Amino acid sequence: MDVIYVLWLRQVKRYVRSRARIIGSLGQPLLFLLGLGFGLGPVFQRAGMGNYIQFLAPGVIAMTVLFTSVFSGIELIWDRQFGFLKETLVAPVSRLTIMIGRVLGGATVAVVQGLILLAICLVAGFRFPSLATVPLALFIMALIAVLFTAMGTAIASPMRDFQGFQLIMNFLVLPMFFLSGALFPLGDAPWLLRAIARVNPLSYGVDGLRGTLGGIAYFQITTDIAVLVSVTVGLLLLGGYLFSRIEL
Amino acid sequence: MAPIIRVQNLVKTYGKFTAVDDISFAVEAGEIFAFLGPNGAGKTTTIKILTTLLKPTKGHVEIDGLDPTRHQNEVRERFGIVFQDPSLDDELTAYENMDIHGALYRVPRRTRAARIEMLLSLFELWERRNDRAKQFSGGMRRRLEIARGMLHTPKILFLDEPTLGLDPQTRNQLWTHVRKLNTDEQVTVFLTTHYMEEADRVASRIAVIDHGRIVAQGTSAELKEQTKTETLEQAFLSLTGSSIREEEADSKDRMRNMVRLWRG
Repeated sequence: MDVIYVLWLRQVKRYVRSRARIIGSLGQPLLFLLGLGFGLGPVFQRAGMGNYIQFLAPGVIAMTVLFTSVFSGIELIWDRQFGFLKETLVAPVSRLTIMIGRVLGGATVAVVQGLILLAICLVAGFRFPSLATVPLALFIMALIAVLFTAMGTAIASPMRDFQGFQLIMNFLVLPMFFLSGALFPLGDAPWLLRAIARVNPLSYGVDGLRGTLGGIAYFQITTDIAVLVSVTVGLLLLGGYLFSRIEL
Repeated sequence: MAPIIRVQNLVKTYGKFTAVDDISFAVEAGEIFAFLGPNGAGKTTTIKILTTLLKPTKGHVEIDGLDPTRHQNEVRERFGIVFQDPSLDDELTAYENMDIHGALYRVPRRTRAARIEMLLSLFELWERRNDRAKQFSGGMRRRLEIARGMLHTPKILFLDEPTLGLDPQTRNQLWTHVRKLNTDEQVTVFLTTHYMEEADRVASRIAVIDHGRIVAQGTSAELKEQTKTETLEQAFLSLTGSSIREEEADSKDRMRNMVRLWRG
């Protein structure tokens, strides 16, 4: 327990100390929120879909959590060769403990980033229809964070260098974001898009956040949570297995 | 007394490539043992096997009487290691780096604080304990890594090219510290280096490895006598030949280059 705590604390400290990173990683979601939100807002309104910011905000929050989590998982590649990871890998501590500490640390950072973005969304005009489901939204945010940190860890564990990084960004992370319904309503989308969204774990995260924060859900919130929990458990198991096989 | 490190007929192969080819040696408790060899000779592979990071293909290894493949955690408690590549957390202070190590090795809080102060003072870093590691020079980082490796009072200290890239003054000072630890705490030191005069000065015994095989071992004087040379460097060249080992740059080297760019 003590070990998980110090590894978690380490990542939180690192986060608090790197202001450039905090601001830097807010840039992209902000651009989506302001550029798309205000740019496409009038069109969305005219199409009879209501306030676009209200629709978009949960999607952009999910995006922030997604990117921050995947990155902190992938940081592993760097950390393994030139950072602190080696120090933990020769310590008399089980690999699983180390991974749990890392994932919890990375996920905490991602949730904090998500909360910062939520605050910005509120400034930009986003409103909660009801406060009752906000705690549930935090839970969903935490689930998304753990899920994608575990995914990043699983991907990074067998990787030797950053050669594959671009591949992962362009063929996994960005598609997951764009095809999740974060930016557009899934209800009216062509069947192929809807089918893809159904197998994309982020869709359930976005939908869960939209349901609890904005009051509109495409799937059921219980479905969202059930899917997120099972995928998270699966990825933690896979990540734990791959992480335990890391050789220096 | 039984040797603290015993290696018998150790073999490590990667596919068709044999990195370590049937080596045997023993290190006595309390000695400073230098493991020398050209690039790609198998030094780091051997260290990784001794420190539970790699599994041997064949042969037998014992650390303080324990098999690293079967008693991983017990073996890990018994050694401290300074890797060839940096392994500090740059965003944390010197003290925090030490403290995390203490937590990972379950050093009780009270002894932990006292020992951190003792080691940081010994390595002349106590004044800078609240500075982040990223503000430290190469020599200071190395000192901090050695201090950290000693925190849990290990029986063996592995140093994999600890002085690479440091100036002679810093190197000299670093070895003085290591020798002091060796006498004060009776820690066995297993080191690799490319600076022959360092090995000559510090090590009580030396093994020379080339192409995965041990080509000679003994004291510095014995090696010089065996090769009829004046200096350890000449002895080393006469044992390993003077051809340059062209290694292909692997992913690790590419990343090392990136690090150099970043750290300037």
